[in-house]
Amino acid sequence: MTATLPDVARVAPPPPPRPWFDRLRGPAVFTAIAVLALVVAPLLLEPFRLGLLAKYLCYAIVALGIGLAWGQGGMLTLGQGVFFGLGGYAMGMYLKLHDAAGDLPDFMVWSGVESLPALWVPFANPVFAVAFAIVGPVVLAVLLGALVFRQRVRGAYFAILTQALAAAVVILLIGQQGLTGGTNGLTNFFELFGQDLAVENTQRGLYIVVALVLGLLYLVAWQLVRSRFGRLLIAVRDGEDRVRFLGYNPATVKTITFAVSAGMAGLAGALFVPVVGIISPALLGVVPSLELVVAVAIGGRFSLAGAVLGAVVMGYAKTSFSEEFADGWLYLQGALFILVMTLAPKGIFGIASSVRGLVRSRRVRA
Amino acid sequence: MRNTAWRIGAAAAVLAMGLAACGGQSSTSTGGTTAAGAGAGDTIKVGILHSLSGTMAISEVTVRDSELLAVEEINAAGGVLGKKIEPVVEDGASDWPTFAEKATKLIAQDKVATVFGGWTSASRKAMLPVFEKRKALLWYPVQYEGLESSPYIFYTGATTNQQIVPGLDYLKEQGKKRIFLVGSDYVFPRTANKIIKAYAAANGMEILGEEYTPLGHTEYSTLTNKVVQAKPDAVFNTLNGDSNVAFFKQLKSAGVTAEQMPVMSVSVAEEEVKGIGVDNIAGHLVAWNYYQTTDNPANKKFVDAFKAKYGADRVTSDPMEAGYNAVYLWAEAVKKAGTTEVEAVKKAAGGIKLDRPEGAVTIDGENQHMFKTARIGLVEPDGQIKEVWNSGEPIKPDPYLKSYPWAGGLT
Repeated sequence: MTATLPDVARVAPPPPPRPWFDRLRGPAVFTAIAVLALVVAPLLLEPFRLGLLAKYLCYAIVALGIGLAWGQGGMLTLGQGVFFGLGGYAMGMYLKLHDAAGDLPDFMVWSGVESLPALWVPFANPVFAVAFAIVGPVVLAVLLGALVFRQRVRGAYFAILTQALAAAVVILLIGQQGLTGGTNGLTNFFELFGQDLAVENTQRGLYIVVALVLGLLYLVAWQLVRSRFGRLLIAVRDGEDRVRFLGYNPATVKTITFAVSAGMAGLAGALFVPVVGIISPALLGVVPSLELVVAVAIGGRFSLAGAVLGAVVMGYAKTSFSEEFADGWLYLQGALFILVMTLAPKGIFGIASSVRGLVRSRRVRA
Repeated sequence: MRNTAWRIGAAAAVLAMGLAACGGQSSTSTGGTTAAGAGAGDTIKVGILHSLSGTMAISEVTVRDSELLAVEEINAAGGVLGKKIEPVVEDGASDWPTFAEKATKLIAQDKVATVFGGWTSASRKAMLPVFEKRKALLWYPVQYEGLESSPYIFYTGATTNQQIVPGLDYLKEQGKKRIFLVGSDYVFPRTANKIIKAYAAANGMEILGEEYTPLGHTEYSTLTNKVVQAKPDAVFNTLNGDSNVAFFKQLKSAGVTAEQMPVMSVSVAEEEVKGIGVDNIAGHLVAWNYYQTTDNPANKKFVDAFKAKYGADRVTSDPMEAGYNAVYLWAEAVKKAGTTEVEAVKKAAGGIKLDRPEGAVTIDGENQHMFKTARIGLVEPDGQIKEVWNSGEPIKPDPYLKSYPWAGGLT
């Protein structure tokens, strides 16, 4: 069936040849940002600010996944915090067990748990914990996607479903205090792979790791979007039924993308925990999941770079506003969102491309 | 086209404004880092870190207010070590990781001498590693579940043997033997109930049921039915925040009166009574170490000063008083140490005794908790709380309940 139908890629007209400076501009900007992030930032920023930047970059990894699923694939996922949390808890459990060194983690003692729950046992192994942080969210996303996308659940229904999942997971985590640390979550970590987490160099190293992972995942996502699969994904976003009539299975495309974005969120969660030093239900519920989607919208959801930028801008704005105006910073954050959305519905990156369009049209007119 | 241009211009302006705001902030704060060490300069910076937004704001803002009042009073009296205290206020936003972040900011960037902050146990647990790793001081002003004694935290609220245990003693004395436990689902109520069950087992009391609801839960008809059917002599209530409003309303509409089935609450103070509505809670019991009605000159001065600063309709409550005390106790320790350096202040703090609105308060140098007088109160129809019992003298803090044989299995 598929073979008899024309290939999507072949049907699309070949892109016009771009001048060399245009072709090189992307890689140049990427390299510049990489140098800025990997060399300049660690040299210039105080350790505390660098730690915050590492946190924003962790969120940026999640945002990249959202940009992929929502911006490119049209799946408005409002429960990305769940995957983030799975990764975070996997890492947190490992760190807790490592610090406890054979004893029970502190919160289990005060919650009246007498022996280590079976669920915790494999997380004593760091390889398992890190692998689970990625594979766990992927498996969950595949299961969810297989059920949901095959039933052709999409749009608002999919969004509500993911949001409900986030709410349910939070209730589950809070209710199982002896197993999960309840509202407190997991905190008070000391060592990661033999490195003292309180030491500045460890934190700097963690920042570099986060920045590298983000850069790498960005390239992966960018390649994915550029590939045939990426074109198919955009086609699914813009006309799911048409793609189906062409002989492709949109459910598979969406499930794969959703799983990739979930894996990214899981890895981000695993990185977040040693950077920030805590994972709690407050970090993965409905509100933080929504905040990330808002961040992607602010940055510009149709571009991967926009999603990353949005997460960093949002994180920075949140910190700055709350430090400067402790009493009313939430209003400012809300105002920022409303302003960006009313003035530039395609986000900050949308403004950038509008400017380019404007310049080009002026040039044509002149 | 003109439309697009306008939009871009406006958006750019907005962004520029935002960046300017942020830039202004970062320049002032870097200036702060160089100029204001804890001891250098002509002010001493202290951090005040409470939730000013989110679900806990309603409670925590009141503590911030009383702490700022204490700072103002101390400054008016000449400050400490000849320097004025400069408060740096941050918002924990009812979000535990934010508390950890802001605590780090106050210590690492503002270089504050100490921090006063927190309310929920979750926020304290999130801040604890920050203070321990950076060897900085936190003054935590709220009663809590005990089983903790960080060398870098001073606990100015009650631990369990100064609030929950006296509350149980009082119920026992009143012949209330069959108890029902109701609480919010987080660490304080769960740990408190563990202690209550151990107490009950040793004192011939019977626990008829134990129910938890999520923080912020407001649907209590099912739970109230369970309570009513179990017919307990009393209810021990560790619900927090808004949930109390719904719970007490529901209890009243189920026809339960305080005479038949008193509810002993440990997280309901004057401020919460206003929110719950006096009609719904009058006659029920509360356990604290301080009430606005506590009769002594220090309290009269505190209440008058608070009302003068914030308005005559404001009330004072136990956590507010504990936060107010924290600032004075810290200032006293700094005076005694002659420096704001953390280890010296810690060493100087042990044994400091001050006359506070709740009566005499002494710092236990060993576990950094306070000697406090336990007080059981009855909610009056005017919204104030009348003391019906007190422990007579300040109780030595015992966060791990080591001096109580029945608590042996808890830690």
